[in-house]
Amino acid sequence: MRRTLEAIPLLLLISIILFTILHNAPGGPLAPYLQNPHITQADITRLEHNFGLDRPVWMQYLGWLSKVVQGDLGYSTSNSETVVAAIVERMPATFLLMGSAFFISLFIGVAFGIIAAIRPYTTVDYAVTTFAFFGQSMPVFWFALMMQLAFAVNGVTAFGYHIALPSAGISSMDEFNVGDRLQHLILPALVLSLLYLATWSRFTRSSMLEVVRTDYMRTAAAKGLGQGYIIFHHGLKNALIPVVTIVALSLPGLVAGAIVTESIFAWPGMGRLFYNALGVFDFSLLMGYLMMVSLLVVFFNLLADVAYAWLDPRVKYD
Amino acid sequence: MAMTTVPQANLPIVLDEDFQLERHGVWKRFRRHRLALLGAIVIITVTLIAILAPLLHLQDPNAIDQVHWLGDPLAPGIAGHFLGTDENGRDLLARLVYGAQISLTVALFAVIMELTIGTVIGAIAGYYGGWIDYALMRLTDVFLSIPLLPLLLVLTAIVAASSNKAALGFWVIVVIIGGLSWPPVARLVRASFLSLREKEFCEAARAIGNRDGRIIFRHLLPNAVAPIIVQGTLEVANVIILESTLSFLGFGIQPPTASWGNMLANAESNMAIAPWVAVFPGLCILITVLAINYLGDGARDALDPKMK
Repeated sequence: MRRTLEAIPLLLLISIILFTILHNAPGGPLAPYLQNPHITQADITRLEHNFGLDRPVWMQYLGWLSKVVQGDLGYSTSNSETVVAAIVERMPATFLLMGSAFFISLFIGVAFGIIAAIRPYTTVDYAVTTFAFFGQSMPVFWFALMMQLAFAVNGVTAFGYHIALPSAGISSMDEFNVGDRLQHLILPALVLSLLYLATWSRFTRSSMLEVVRTDYMRTAAAKGLGQGYIIFHHGLKNALIPVVTIVALSLPGLVAGAIVTESIFAWPGMGRLFYNALGVFDFSLLMGYLMMVSLLVVFFNLLADVAYAWLDPRVKYD
Repeated sequence: MAMTTVPQANLPIVLDEDFQLERHGVWKRFRRHRLALLGAIVIITVTLIAILAPLLHLQDPNAIDQVHWLGDPLAPGIAGHFLGTDENGRDLLARLVYGAQISLTVALFAVIMELTIGTVIGAIAGYYGGWIDYALMRLTDVFLSIPLLPLLLVLTAIVAASSNKAALGFWVIVVIIGGLSWPPVARLVRASFLSLREKEFCEAARAIGNRDGRIIFRHLLPNAVAPIIVQGTLEVANVIILESTLSFLGFGIQPPTASWGNMLANAESNMAIAPWVAVFPGLCILITVLAINYLGDGARDALDPKMK
């Protein structure tokens, strides 16, 4: 409960710092208008007055804050719609990409981690560990380019089948088609998942290795239970507790990490929206996006704490 | 480090021998870690190539091959270009080597800055505790809660908007990355200092009248240095990735200066006819980052076997 309350001043502090940083941009929220030759200095002064930009920064901040608590993040000049509408419109695409990457990373990552942990210091273990090191060291944008090169530019022929995947976009035609959507989804989802797959498999491995050495595992084995039953029923249940925490903590990173993937694959999600707003310095949109991802971080930090205490009764928070 | 503290704190000489023994153990454990050793060799090689670039008789990394280049990238091996040219007819090998200089020095300086800020903030918070600790840690929480990549992008976009993209020079990138990536270091150092300040040698140092600054930097910091070194090594890898990502997205090191990231920025459009332009710079990033990560992993095992 105390931690939940602490999140509110934290978010306020984040918003103050972000607001101050973004206001230092030349032109501030009016930056897009400054480059327009049809807008005179008199227009700028009038706009400044209308938007309240001639008031002190702290008054502007309070104005912004009072709107935000009412669910109004301002107007996105580069998209000609409200920031909330622009973000909500792109949410389904990002969630589809994120969700797919999340499930790929979770299932494959945890599976790799378990396989490596139950056969430690064997070839399988070294293969998984090496793969994880590569995954964590891979520059995401280059991995994306290489996947495009391999599967989209020329296509690959394997076992007599020619595979050529689309390199960009979310669909080929206007009407929705599951197969087509999947073809567009697979490359960006794989690219986005690699880092998390690698991290989570390493984490599951070390967590599982720790559990395997515990007394209750030995007891379970001594009782004559089957190895599979021990690993999944006694081992995995306990080994996954810290994994849940790591997974919850890295979910917001998945949203922010989508910036690179979405811009390379022209995926019409929130990350690409943010990237496109950078070049024209769309103040409200950048501020809104940064606040949203920061809110996600704070929220998932809390969630991770709660989940940890709930899953492991030995942990208590005041 | 231990030597300098001996006359001041009047420690028994036995401690010094312990220190030497321990250092020997560090080296032994590190050598056992073969991949870390291999990583160290790779990093030393890459660094040497970057430093010795002017002696390698490379072509000018920014010069266009006016004689042979006709608009499309030249393939590897053609006209003396060992790895071919990029889409502007510039020698790819020369750009990779000079790009290594940029990518490595950005990472080095940014990490030095990050470790300095993080260590000072973490040390002060951990040593003094109380409201100072509370205030500094809330500040750390703020910067930990804003995802780094979007924040870096917004800051570089502000610099780009305030004059033009050419203003995104070497030091601007270093300061922006170094100035924002310190929170994990601060947390790490604070945790060490919280336990170190309760130790008897710290109390002894205080009892003989040392000033706080001296206790923090001469007595406590040397004992907290192992995790900082490990974190610093791994951070070099992180910063190389961050810088190359920013440069790839157009908000990092600006052309014509080569960095591994910005060399890939235009590679996508030519990928069907010139895959080598897209392959080599990324391969350099991957190999270097992988080597640093293995080195960091080895350093962690060697310096503190208890750490995970």
